[in-house]
Amino acid sequence: MESIIEYLGEHMAMIYILALSIFLGVEVIKNVPAILHTPLMSGANAIHGVVLIGGIIILGQASSDDYFTMALGFLAVVLGTLNVVGGFAVTDRMLEMFKKKQK
Amino acid sequence: MQANLLEISYLIASLSFIIGLKMLSHPDKARKGNILAAGGMLLAILTTLFLYEHEGRAMANHWLIIGGIALGTGIGYWMAIKVKMTAMPQMVSFFNGMGGACAGVIGVVEYSHHHPMEYMTFDGSVFTMLAGLVIGSVSFSGSMIAYGKLEGKIGDKGFSKLTYINILLLVAILGLLIYVLSLPENNSTLMYLLLVLSLVYGISFVLPIGGADMPVVISLLNSFTGVAAAFGGFLYDNQAMLTGGILVGSAGTILTILMCKAMNRSLLNVIIGSFSAGASGSGSGEDGDQVIKEITISDLAVQLKYSSRVRIIPGYGLAVAQAQHLCHELEKLLDAEGIDVKFSIHPVAGRMPGHMNVLLAEADVPYEKLQEMEDANEDMARTDVVLVIGANDVVNPAAKDDPSSPIYGMPILEVESAGTSVILKRSMGVGYAGIQNKLFFSNNNRMLFGDAKDSLQKIIQELKSL
Repeated sequence: MESIIEYLGEHMAMIYILALSIFLGVEVIKNVPAILHTPLMSGANAIHGVVLIGGIIILGQASSDDYFTMALGFLAVVLGTLNVVGGFAVTDRMLEMFKKKQK
Repeated sequence: MQANLLEISYLIASLSFIIGLKMLSHPDKARKGNILAAGGMLLAILTTLFLYEHEGRAMANHWLIIGGIALGTGIGYWMAIKVKMTAMPQMVSFFNGMGGACAGVIGVVEYSHHHPMEYMTFDGSVFTMLAGLVIGSVSFSGSMIAYGKLEGKIGDKGFSKLTYINILLLVAILGLLIYVLSLPENNSTLMYLLLVLSLVYGISFVLPIGGADMPVVISLLNSFTGVAAAFGGFLYDNQAMLTGGILVGSAGTILTILMCKAMNRSLLNVIIGSFSAGASGSGSGEDGDQVIKEITISDLAVQLKYSSRVRIIPGYGLAVAQAQHLCHELEKLLDAEGIDVKFSIHPVAGRMPGHMNVLLAEADVPYEKLQEMEDANEDMARTDVVLVIGANDVVNPAAKDDPSSPIYGMPILEVESAGTSVILKRSMGVGYAGIQNKLFFSNNNRMLFGDAKDSLQKIIQELKSL
């Protein structure tokens, strides 16, 4: 129990961000029109690709003789990039169509 | 200095995610919002690559990282560009799965490297690793199943006991997680067991859920991956990962609930009361003695020409047949005759909310020609002809009057109150929910069998020659 409280105390700033972001996420999405549900889901999908940074850190911090970490780190980077690039590109393609007809 | 620059770049990235997401919920700013968020992401990636340091240890393996990013970019971009508009939902599911897998891999690596601190009874960083691992893996395998289902490669394989197996699996995962957390030393075997259980859970969680509910599931798994990314943020004390992840986690959850609301069902009902369980039992048996009436192309063309109000209801079949351009042509043709013609769009038509809007936008159908369900139903009694193209469950009256139907309670487009409804359909096959549609046998309903693209082509020709 003590160590849980200790952990929370050490990460208080992060927990603030966490709590505020939850409310922010709800507020940002609340009034979205149904037309935009799909692009919005797709855009949000791309944003959680930020997990890629974890992969970059793993691979960047791996010692050059640690093949296990290098291999998995490389895999994580490729997977994360797929999420980011694929996500943003698909969203852009969807939204491009919305734009065309507005002229 | 270097560390501060990195922190500042994460701040900018976080803000770009927030503003980007906000802009994504406005039709005219959406595209800019997407690009803004992508820019923030690029910044965070570059600064991590060049400025990150851990306990004085700078980044290495730059070329390997850049190679990995290049490989991922190449494949991801190629897939995103090649994919057909109809396959968009499963593409989102696929990319979501990749993010989940990334989070899972991070959990595996970090746990394998972790040296537990002896004096601690609860190690918060082990918790974040394992939580990221579990949620990421569930999201990965679940997304792959959702992808397979939408591609039509995996059918609905629900059996009633699966719900209990799922609950057991979930309890096992939680129990194992707590047990591993309480261990004083690292135990890789148990960590891999946790990984396998999570992967299996993801599969058995999505497998029994009906295809019609897949959008909800994808949205839910999307927020799972967000939460997994947020745990990564805790693990690395990384604010960009934290805000990006949790923002998607909470926004995705709200989006999921909005989608459930559009179908008038609760999230729990979607997850546990899976469609496939009772679907085959209900609705059948009463269709034996009823007759369906077909309509010919020329009859339909005449009827359309002398209508004053026409509504077109698109569904997934329209997407499959790629008939959106022909729909637009038909709409223009009728419009030129002075007929009030609009597209009535059910909130969950297609395989994702907004799927039909995207598709019709591709064919240059103007905004004002699209009509949401509530408005459409108000107009319905004054509508002469309703063309239902490739939609089925969203016009099934069973949702209103048959409590035994699996879609009971879902709001529908009340087509039966229109003058005539004409259903363009390949065959008498059932819709995605796997249930019979009484509308087909209704008195003022006509069927036009055949490929939607083909039929529309013929209707247009006929109309022109009238």
